[in-house]
Amino acid sequence: MKKYDAIIIGAGHNGLTNGAYLAKAGLNVLIVEKNDYIGGAAVSREMEGGWLYSSCSYVSSMLRQTIHRDLNLTKHGLVLVPYLGTVNFGNDGKPLIHYNNENVGYNHLRQHSAHDADSMFKFQADLTRYAQLIRKNLMRTPPNPTSFKPRDIKELLWLAKQFWGLGEKELYEYMRFFTTSAEEFLDDYFENDLIKAAMASPGIIGTALGVYSPGSAYILLHHVMGDVDGNIGAWGLARGGMGAISNAIASAFKSFGGEIRTNAGVQQVLVENGKAVGVVLENGDELRANIVVSNLDAKRTFTQCMDKKDLPPGIYEKAKNFKIRGSSGKVNIALSGLPKFTNLPDNKFINQGGQGFVGSLETMERAYDCWKHGRFSDDPFVETVIPSAWDPTVAPVGKHWMSCFVQYCPPKLANGGWNAEQKEAFGQTVIDKIERYSP
Amino acid sequence: MNYYDTVIIGGGHNGLVCATYLAKKGQKVLIVEAADELGGLAATREFAPGFKASVAQTLSHFSEKVVKDLNLSTYGFDFTSAPMANIALNDNGEHVIIEGWGASSKLTGVSEKDADTYGEYHQLLKRFADLLKPFWLKTMPRIGHSTLKESLTYAHLGIKMRMLGRHDMGEFMRVATLPARDLMDENFDNPHLKALLSWDGLIGSKMAPRSPNATVLSLLYRMSGKNEGAHTLPRGGIKSLISALKSAAIDAGVEIKTATKVKRIVIEGNENGLKTEGVELQSGEVISSAKVVSAVDPKTTFLNLVGAQNLEIDFTHRIKRSRCEGFVAKLHLALSDLPNFTGLDKLDGRMVIAPELDAIEFAFDDAKYGEASTNPVLEMVIPSLADESLAPAGQHVLSANVMYVPYKHKNGWTAADKTELYERVINTIERYAPDIREKIITGEILTPFDLEEKFHVTGGHWHHGELSISQMLMMRPTYEAAQYSTPIPGLYLCGAGSHPGGGLMGGPGHNAANEILKAKQ
Repeated sequence: MKKYDAIIIGAGHNGLTNGAYLAKAGLNVLIVEKNDYIGGAAVSREMEGGWLYSSCSYVSSMLRQTIHRDLNLTKHGLVLVPYLGTVNFGNDGKPLIHYNNENVGYNHLRQHSAHDADSMFKFQADLTRYAQLIRKNLMRTPPNPTSFKPRDIKELLWLAKQFWGLGEKELYEYMRFFTTSAEEFLDDYFENDLIKAAMASPGIIGTALGVYSPGSAYILLHHVMGDVDGNIGAWGLARGGMGAISNAIASAFKSFGGEIRTNAGVQQVLVENGKAVGVVLENGDELRANIVVSNLDAKRTFTQCMDKKDLPPGIYEKAKNFKIRGSSGKVNIALSGLPKFTNLPDNKFINQGGQGFVGSLETMERAYDCWKHGRFSDDPFVETVIPSAWDPTVAPVGKHWMSCFVQYCPPKLANGGWNAEQKEAFGQTVIDKIERYSP
Repeated sequence: MNYYDTVIIGGGHNGLVCATYLAKKGQKVLIVEAADELGGLAATREFAPGFKASVAQTLSHFSEKVVKDLNLSTYGFDFTSAPMANIALNDNGEHVIIEGWGASSKLTGVSEKDADTYGEYHQLLKRFADLLKPFWLKTMPRIGHSTLKESLTYAHLGIKMRMLGRHDMGEFMRVATLPARDLMDENFDNPHLKALLSWDGLIGSKMAPRSPNATVLSLLYRMSGKNEGAHTLPRGGIKSLISALKSAAIDAGVEIKTATKVKRIVIEGNENGLKTEGVELQSGEVISSAKVVSAVDPKTTFLNLVGAQNLEIDFTHRIKRSRCEGFVAKLHLALSDLPNFTGLDKLDGRMVIAPELDAIEFAFDDAKYGEASTNPVLEMVIPSLADESLAPAGQHVLSANVMYVPYKHKNGWTAADKTELYERVINTIERYAPDIREKIITGEILTPFDLEEKFHVTGGHWHHGELSISQMLMMRPTYEAAQYSTPIPGLYLCGAGSHPGGGLMGGPGHNAANEILKAKQ
């Protein structure tokens, strides 16, 4: 029987990236994937009638440049089209347009609030500074503070030095930033409701926290941490949909000799003498490897794919307690043509940017409150992109599709699970919200 | 001539503690207090003819060291009282009751599993609380601006953490900023028990069970006292503590002026910079002193009494933005007789009405938008059972902390809003004590806005400032003023707005006195 150097469970983009690096280093790697497609959440799936939906994730901002270069993803067909700007719609009045051109952006902000236009410089500078410290961290393995291993101690000292080097004032500002709410942090800079809401929106995406929750300011960072072509904070769309990113990584992986098996869900990780030695697939096949890597979430890895007796004491319980709380929904809409937004000159950025239906901080927080009650909000926060307006390959000629990201959406409704009718109502709520701005 | 070594503004418990420590070291000290009575939020006042109560209703972590140092037992303060029973009321009469506390407690109304876990849970928290305990009574040094000896405080903290052992240290770091809800869900099944045990981490703060931040730290802070966080009501009530502090102060030679409002702190400047010269009273009289110590909250101290003209812009900005809005209202009821709580025969415990964590969470949601909770949650005691002098013979007082009631009502607080809130609270109590209305002679509800007005605390905030991570330790109230000295030479802070914070503890007063005495040498 063939024995691999490494088996990776899950062909999401992290599994693929991990596989590609290992294969590049000369290891004999197999990736097993439960679905009949690869990519996990970064996937483009063809729907009836010629639509290519990025079913889940919809923009790229955090894909590390190092990875792009190391794996030569451009050669493997990845083209990222930069995102030029976002239009944010408040509860009433003129929309807020985020221009990448500083002067144009400043003048536009002044129409909303002269004070805030000036504050924006400080806000951006502060956030970028906070992000830099974190960016340094993203590509390192975090230390275990309770361990006495030299690596952990070294890493801990490195961290301490980074923080110490900030100086007293900066250090305290960091502590505040990392623990405060988005609302409180933004109040320090801005007075205009729409501007605050527009700035807060990246802070809540995908989290089970509201903008009023302590700790939500820090999440703002995740979205100034990305880069496209070295532009900090820039976003981009992958040509051919988000699946193109996974496909490019997979192609790189295969070019290094890696093997992918789809329709191959893992039943259990094989453990012998306290060491992982392979996996058993759902169809009963047994595959052996020196290393097993899981790209599944920690909860599923430890509680579903592993036997409790194979784990050191406490791990199973910790994994069970590990908090995963789904809070986002996605509505994909096929369109017969491009929508026209009212109050928006030139239908700005429709063909190279997105739309944020943010309302105000209170709108967002109230949507979060609904999630806590196990409902979706009547007035949700929606962020949309029309990828087909930038990339003709993802929709039939003349037609379009709109990706709507919705925060907050509960994993289970209080009045039962999700049935077809409830899903329909959810879709309608999102369409109603957009309709207020695009009749 | 009126000359003092130190003038202390504010005769709350921290002002009294600080003053007594200083006077015992030979300083000539004067306390000026705006109200007629000493004690601040712990002062006992008559809210209806013949009925008295104090805003602070129980003790949980008053410092053992302060009691000993100031000999408070000899002045009539009984520090030996047993923990009160903690009762989570259930509207079906099957209440969850914790009698005793911690290791020696007995739980009723919960599963065996929950009862067992409670013991382990308490032991774990106690180990964490013990780790932090010494640091509540220490000045937390400035980072990068301290002598080596001062910085050792942090090394000490680090070593103590390591000494917890690998497992506990990992747990400590994970748990320290956890939302109350996660901590409770990990440990317990019973919804009443979860709400009851979260209560002390949440009350007084702008935090709900789902908020990450300082909930667990607040719990650990309150566990720093002799009773590991259990609440007590000493014989003679809260009044006995304040009067013992007063007697100790007077015996040590402290002079006290009540009903004396300070208009400003006198600050003079010359080529060497600014310096505190004393205080000017509302009457225009100036009292000169070498040092001024403010026990009032940082916002009042710096923005009103010092004035922005004497401070750096950045510093003023940090004080202005610090969070200091209260979310707890106080209910006082004058009762003709004890009410009957369904299924409860002893009323000398601490009764909490919060059937589950989400009840607290949803009560908080209303307050976020500037409204009082539709379904308030509350904590009640009957202080007249411990101190008969609070009510006429045979009659009683019910005292309750009500969450969540915002300082700023979205329409401004009107009399109608207050009446509505009062009715809601009584309706809530009525579900557990059906005859409560028949027993009420009269009552009052004090919103945080009222607390600000009556007790001169900004935002009506119990702790003179939110107990959140960015406003704790060497950041309380803000750096450059977190070691009790301030940017103005001669001006010190000793109130709850300084490390370690609020509640009836005495820590800030004790620590500030240490710093002041150190500076003198």
